[in-house]
Amino acid sequence: MSFLNYLVSGLSLGSVYAIIALGYTMVYGIAKMLNFAHGDVIMVGAYVCFFAFTRYGLNPFISVILAMLVCTCLGIVIEKLAYKPLRAAPSLAVLITAIGVSYLLQNLALLFWSSNPKVFNSIIPNESVEIGGLTVSYITILTIVVCVVIMILLTTFINRTKLGKAMRAVSEDKGAAQLMGIDVNTTISVTFAIGSGLAAIAGVLLCSAYPNLTPTTGSMPGIKAFTAAVFGGIGSIPGAFLGGLLLGVIENLAKAYISTQISDAIVFGVLIIVLLVKPAGLLGKPTREKV
Amino acid sequence: MNMKKFFAIFLAAMMIFSLAACSGGSTEPVAPADGDTPEGELPESTVQIHIGATGPLTGGAAIYGQAVKNGAEIAVEEVNAMGGIQFIFQMEDDTHDPEKAENAYNALVDWGMDMMMGTVTSAPAEVTAADAYADRYFFLTPSASSTNVIDGKDNIFQMCFTDPNQGSGSATYISENNMGEKIAIIWKNDDSYSTGIRNTFVEKAGELGLEIVAEQTFTEATKTDFSVQISKCQEAGADLVFLPMYYEPASLILNQANAAGYAPTWFGVDGMDGILTMEGFDTSLAEGVVVLTPYSADDESALNQNFVKKYQEKFGEIPNQFAADGYDCIYAMYKAATEAGIDPASMDHEAICDAMVAQFTSMTFDGLTGASMTWGSDGTVSKLPNAVVIENGAYVGM
Repeated sequence: MSFLNYLVSGLSLGSVYAIIALGYTMVYGIAKMLNFAHGDVIMVGAYVCFFAFTRYGLNPFISVILAMLVCTCLGIVIEKLAYKPLRAAPSLAVLITAIGVSYLLQNLALLFWSSNPKVFNSIIPNESVEIGGLTVSYITILTIVVCVVIMILLTTFINRTKLGKAMRAVSEDKGAAQLMGIDVNTTISVTFAIGSGLAAIAGVLLCSAYPNLTPTTGSMPGIKAFTAAVFGGIGSIPGAFLGGLLLGVIENLAKAYISTQISDAIVFGVLIIVLLVKPAGLLGKPTREKV
Repeated sequence: MNMKKFFAIFLAAMMIFSLAACSGGSTEPVAPADGDTPEGELPESTVQIHIGATGPLTGGAAIYGQAVKNGAEIAVEEVNAMGGIQFIFQMEDDTHDPEKAENAYNALVDWGMDMMMGTVTSAPAEVTAADAYADRYFFLTPSASSTNVIDGKDNIFQMCFTDPNQGSGSATYISENNMGEKIAIIWKNDDSYSTGIRNTFVEKAGELGLEIVAEQTFTEATKTDFSVQISKCQEAGADLVFLPMYYEPASLILNQANAAGYAPTWFGVDGMDGILTMEGFDTSLAEGVVVLTPYSADDESALNQNFVKKYQEKFGEIPNQFAADGYDCIYAMYKAATEAGIDPASMDHEAICDAMVAQFTSMTFDGLTGASMTWGSDGTVSKLPNAVVIENGAYVGM
């Protein structure tokens, strides 16, 4: 297989990381918190879609919408119950709560849906198209297209709408934003709603590309995607996209040309080097802490 | 409702959920003998033996634990119906987690276990076997195949092959049947089960002159995308790919190889068992996969037919190797306990352990997973391996 083919399969893996990383980075950028439960919201989205589409045979489009609705509600509920009461608490408390929510979701999924792995039927045909000697699967193309569309929509939303402006204000200074008459709580809730809706899409695409679904499906890709978000500059939406794609490509090229045994070591080695040179990540804005 | 109160209720709900999760895992003991000999009317001389077991009843490896439990329960019912020694069987959930296995083991000791029908999977079995060795409980594992489980422990026995045996057995089988010229291996290098089998496979393949053209690995963190590993095997021209792993990653490999248009002979070991019962799995992907297993459900012996029929009636599916292992364990323990004259009323678990160990190393046992099984003093079983191939979504003997 040629270099280009490895590149394409890397892009396919990377696009899944990227779409998950978008959710991470959006919530971090605005609410300034690491939502470690993001990976598990992805898992819930994938399960909802699995039941709607595979079990009850609903239209794939409706299944995805349903998954998004459920995840959006879940995101809002999680935010209201677990994170909002801690708004004034130190960020470490929120971080630990997020990890708790992550385990809670995994264990609830275990309880409701059992641990037996389910095989997720791809929402689009599991076929490939030949482009100039390269085999690219439809799901890869779909994931990249969806990823770019989401990236553009999110950037436009945040930069051009009133709510987006409120989000940027909250992100810069919560206290000042409140004094200016911005409803901080609603703004953060909306951020979570959007982030969780994105998680549902990510879950469906993740499981369409790699069709095993278990209650822990979201956790490892979640961590990889978090890495991707940091790599690209956490808080930056194009950064998450770039970071995700690069992470997937580096991982696959390392596997192909160096060794499958140390591919992860190489990926994280690159991450360390990037962060040493550019501590804010590839596209992150360097911030100066006021002491 | 104010936020604090709401949060408190939420936390309380969480606690209830976690309690429910705990109690959901453990299982009801199987009552000794039904109908004709209710417990209350048993003559005082009836020997009752408490058999404890742990295994993953929930979690990623639950298919194995459930199968062992189902198989063992059928055997316990049959044994108790014979009216001799009465078994009381209790299986605790360890979710394939060594720490939880430790708790499960302690729960069984408190319950009053006399001997242990092992732990189903290798990593947790390493913990429980070490405990059972220290506390002197007789221990027979249905399916924990790692050598670490039995190494240096005189009272720990296996019903399944050890990992090394599976690896060298697979290499021998491939060589004897000329199944492949160029062999590739994909294995999980952060897993003792996978690594153990791969090591002995490579060693034996070297002795037999099999050509290994590619070796590819993955880990827990990279068990989603196999496109590179698959294309490396394809480029190397491998016509047989050896997959010493559990069925979950194997199902992804089969799926992705199919998408890449690569169709070598796939050769798996006992961890592959279970792939056909994955919900939603397209069994046509597994068509032609060869699995080295000591058990196939289509075996026509009366013993097996009876077992398959009961299993299907009770659990609605065809038993796999793990179910047969569980069934055999109970019968082997029954045979040994009867012949050694075990009676917990007059013997403590250490005396039982010594008597059972002496019996196990000297007896021959015929079961579902092999005829004339014998056990060495190192705890390994010797029986003939068998290969089955998946045809039309079912295992067929080769």
